[in-house]
Amino acid sequence: MTAIDDTVGPRVREPLSTASAGTGPGGRTGRVHRRGPLRRLRSLPLYLAGAAVFLFSVFPVYWMLITAFKPVGEIFTRDQSILPKAPTLAHFDRVLNGQLIPGVNFWQFLANSLFVTVSAVAMGAFLSLLAAVAVARFRFRLRTAFILLLMVIQMVPMEAMIISIFINFRHLSDLGGVQLLGNLSGLLIVYTAVSLPITIMMLRGFVAAVPKELEEAAAIDGAGPWTVFWRILMPLVAPGLVAASIFAFITAWNEFIVALTFLGRSTDDYTLPLTLSYYFGRFGTEWGPIMAASTLLTIPVMIFFLFVQRRMVSGLTMGAVKG
Amino acid sequence: MASTVEPTSASGARPGSAPSAESASPRRRPPTPYLLILPALILLSIVLLWPIVQMVWYSLTSFTTRNLLPNQPGPSWNDFAHYRQLLTDPVFWTILRNTVVVCVLMVGITMVLGTLVGLLLHKLPKWFSGFVALGMMLAWATPALSASLVFRWLFLPERGLVNVMLDRMPDWLVGGGWLEYNWFLEPGSLFSILITVIVWQSFPFVAVSVLAGLKSIPHELYEAARMDGAGAWKAFWNVTFPMLRPLFALLLVLQIIWDLRVFTQLYVLANSFQNKDVYLLSYYIYQQGFSASPANYGMGSAIAVVMTVMILAVTAYYLRIMIRQGETR
Repeated sequence: MTAIDDTVGPRVREPLSTASAGTGPGGRTGRVHRRGPLRRLRSLPLYLAGAAVFLFSVFPVYWMLITAFKPVGEIFTRDQSILPKAPTLAHFDRVLNGQLIPGVNFWQFLANSLFVTVSAVAMGAFLSLLAAVAVARFRFRLRTAFILLLMVIQMVPMEAMIISIFINFRHLSDLGGVQLLGNLSGLLIVYTAVSLPITIMMLRGFVAAVPKELEEAAAIDGAGPWTVFWRILMPLVAPGLVAASIFAFITAWNEFIVALTFLGRSTDDYTLPLTLSYYFGRFGTEWGPIMAASTLLTIPVMIFFLFVQRRMVSGLTMGAVKG
Repeated sequence: MASTVEPTSASGARPGSAPSAESASPRRRPPTPYLLILPALILLSIVLLWPIVQMVWYSLTSFTTRNLLPNQPGPSWNDFAHYRQLLTDPVFWTILRNTVVVCVLMVGITMVLGTLVGLLLHKLPKWFSGFVALGMMLAWATPALSASLVFRWLFLPERGLVNVMLDRMPDWLVGGGWLEYNWFLEPGSLFSILITVIVWQSFPFVAVSVLAGLKSIPHELYEAARMDGAGAWKAFWNVTFPMLRPLFALLLVLQIIWDLRVFTQLYVLANSFQNKDVYLLSYYIYQQGFSASPANYGMGSAIAVVMTVMILAVTAYYLRIMIRQGETR
């Protein structure tokens, strides 16, 4: 069995635990040998290497955080210190209560970002669940074609399609008489569509893992398809739905190039990444507020990431999108 | 996918060989799956599939902002003029070459570093590897925009920490003049920072995947290799690598696809469209479509087609892996 082999759905949710259970005592023997003081000394380079990797990973995040707390005097200097001498909340205050873009404050941008990501994730999850049930529970003529389509679509990068997507949405706006560019509606539609392939592929494994007998038993007891869906399927698929949704949330939250092209100069509708980029473009030397805003952009992702970090690996190796 | 409904064979989706699972309830057999995929399919077709077709068409036409105006003619066929121009344009070839070189470096460094860290985590005791992995998660989870801004700040002339540190080091070791050095002007130094940002964000994923793979290899194989007198180097190439070959292939393909499309990081690091020397393909596409005046949608689409063809070539290999794994069944 290969590592990819167990990337489908619930079986991989905890690849680490299954693997260590499989190795069992055999895997441990290697470590028992190392118990002696001499062995421990020999493994010192390994610890040092581990510490180096840790520092390399953490340092830029630390530097972002620490700059956000440094007073201006400690930023505009050649004597960059590793710790802030007089930590201050001034930059956060400036970001949260001042106007990042003339006339609009942080909370408006946060609301924009939350609105567009949460709605896109919710709609995407609903549509994906329907499609995942079709793919996992039925065999139909276009099934393989549909799966291949999903795999190809999630690979074609947004960066290449950005011009034709932009023009497409201009045409759609003209056709429907609703303006989809320059406000959040177009962004919402794109984010929903982008989340579909990966969410369907992730959910499909979870749906397939629900024993068919369970649904049949409920059906025999007189439950209609709707009841079976809500009472049997939903509770069992919910963990997968949460994981896939968090994944889609992170992608949409970080999305940049579509927001940049679609929103243009409508600063009132900017999402957080776009606001940050705009602010950097105008006040490129104010590293305190820039780092404070970067920190605020990062925090929700970090929190969600901790929830799904184990599933992240399996979800991504199945073929995914990176922000 | 053991639990999927009886996958008879790779061609199991053909109508003739459809298994009996749902013919037991003929009531819901005919349109249900189509109704279920229909909403997703419609949305995908309008938002993502149709623009791919349009992109190819636009690349073959003269198409600028003028053609978008209401009382102007639409884009018109121009007999492959964009592609002929690209073939002879040294700027395009430089950008294409830079894209490939930068992508190869990003992928190569990410894969080697990620694999080494994966092996390291496997050797370390659990508490310490968990600690290191947690730190790596921070790098992985940082949004591309925040990461790029931090690296720009770290390498800033006059005040950036890296410049300050290099300046404090003895001149005979690193040379002088680091304090004022601007990393963001020349392609060589700017791409180095770009590669650093990408590697910093990507290696944790490779490392954690390799770690999960390593845990699935039976320990007996290494014991056998040791009995045969194989050292760590030989054990890796004769046991680990063959066992994890499918994982490595998949990671390689994903990294190539992700690194070819890099945009946000370059947008922050280059911070303008002035210097064509530091463009990568995705940057060039955006510049043609939205920063050049007048915007040249036709030329931008032609470059996008080139990039898509490159990505689809890699995707074909990815699909082959996926089909072999039975993911399409």
